[in-house]
Amino acid sequence: MAHSQALGAPGHSARDPFSEISKNLRACMQCGTCTGSCGSAAKMDYTPRQVWRMVQSGLKEELFTSRTFWLCSSCYYCTLRCPRGLPLTDTMAALKRVATAEKYANDRKSPPFYKAFLDSVRKYGRVREAEMMTRYFLAVKNPALPLSFVPLGMKLLAKGKMELQLPGVSRGGKLERLYKKVMELEAAQ
Amino acid sequence: MKYFYYPGCSLEHSAKEYDLSTRALMRLLGRELLEIEDWTCCGASAADTASRLLSIVLPARNLALAQKSGETADMLVPCSSCYLNLKRADQLIGRDSQTRGLVNEALAEEGLSYGGGVRVRHLLDVLANDIGAGAIAEGLKQSLPGLRVAPYYGCQALRPFADFDDPEQPHSMDSLIEATGASVFDWSMGAKCCGAGLMTTKKELAQELVADLLDAAKGADCIVTVCPMCQMNLEAGQKKISRMRGRPLEISIVYLPQLLGLSLAMSGGGLRLDLNLALTRPFKQRLAAMAK
Repeated sequence: MAHSQALGAPGHSARDPFSEISKNLRACMQCGTCTGSCGSAAKMDYTPRQVWRMVQSGLKEELFTSRTFWLCSSCYYCTLRCPRGLPLTDTMAALKRVATAEKYANDRKSPPFYKAFLDSVRKYGRVREAEMMTRYFLAVKNPALPLSFVPLGMKLLAKGKMELQLPGVSRGGKLERLYKKVMELEAAQ
Repeated sequence: MKYFYYPGCSLEHSAKEYDLSTRALMRLLGRELLEIEDWTCCGASAADTASRLLSIVLPARNLALAQKSGETADMLVPCSSCYLNLKRADQLIGRDSQTRGLVNEALAEEGLSYGGGVRVRHLLDVLANDIGAGAIAEGLKQSLPGLRVAPYYGCQALRPFADFDDPEQPHSMDSLIEATGASVFDWSMGAKCCGAGLMTTKKELAQELVADLLDAAKGADCIVTVCPMCQMNLEAGQKKISRMRGRPLEISIVYLPQLLGLSLAMSGGGLRLDLNLALTRPFKQRLAAMAK
């Protein structure tokens, strides 16, 4: 199965994430099947094929000013079709992880969105959509952003499919201990 | 026959009708759902952006809870993203001892442990292979003749785990749709991406992907989905996307268990079509006329 090549064991990536990613792409032969299969490629500044080469060549700074990997929707077409069976979708996720951890400001919206999502889960165990979106809006600090979600929000509210809720500020949360343990284990690797 | 049931976060709120119609359909078909007590989020595509270990531990917590219940059953999952995460966690934990060790050190905080072994199944897999088109045809109460249904599979039910269907040219919905008396709309977009979470962070791109899908579905009466995110992306922005493309692209979007439920004459209460965001007037009139 294509997915069977995991991107290194968890935790290992904390040591030198970039070289870990590079190791997984060693067999890439630049055929471009990934790019040809990617629904987002047309909007990317570097195509997936180019990204793998940049990783192989250690062009870290260039890569992390690119927004390419934030445009990956995890459709897994590239992973499915890669003739070398490389874990390409996982590699896009790993790049998102490095960019987030090292605070590369190459995308204003994606890191705060994923953070809002995970904070909501940490607090309540399950995502509360309105609460999570409020966290996201507060983090991005662009007053126009919430407005673009108003029509959908109104529809969901009218159908009883969303409950308005402000982000909880009290300490602790449903998965607080689990999250802390995971971070501790990863740091120790 | 019993299944563990993992609804996932979306099905509690924005995809309520998917949850309710799934439960109602399974009840009608004589399947028992054991909802995992105290289940929590699978991490979606967010967890992997923060921590690889977290992206395995979050789904593993739910697998461990199912196993701890003492029952033995497959786990039924209607959301494609949850399905992928749960399945991936089970495989990684089963295969790699270092991962298994780390995951279990974390799960110990919750008094849980997991060594693999719960079989994770997508709702579509269960409907197509455990229940089968035969059972739908047998229970048929309200045929849906002339209804042209475009089957939409999306990505994560099919890839990377090509477990129950062809990940490039899926067909597992065909016989189910035909069993209702409806016909399968022939298109090549069933396995293409709807943009998933990019609808929040990269709206313009995701809207283009959805526009391509809606455009290709011209001529169908509805698109049927098996994922809350696909459903929301296809149904929520149709007016805007029609303006973007300069032509009307409105089309009804329904969940597969809703379509099957219609043909089994399940009560409207169980199907909750009133909660869908995109049902066109002609589609509603067709359904009303067929029900007479």
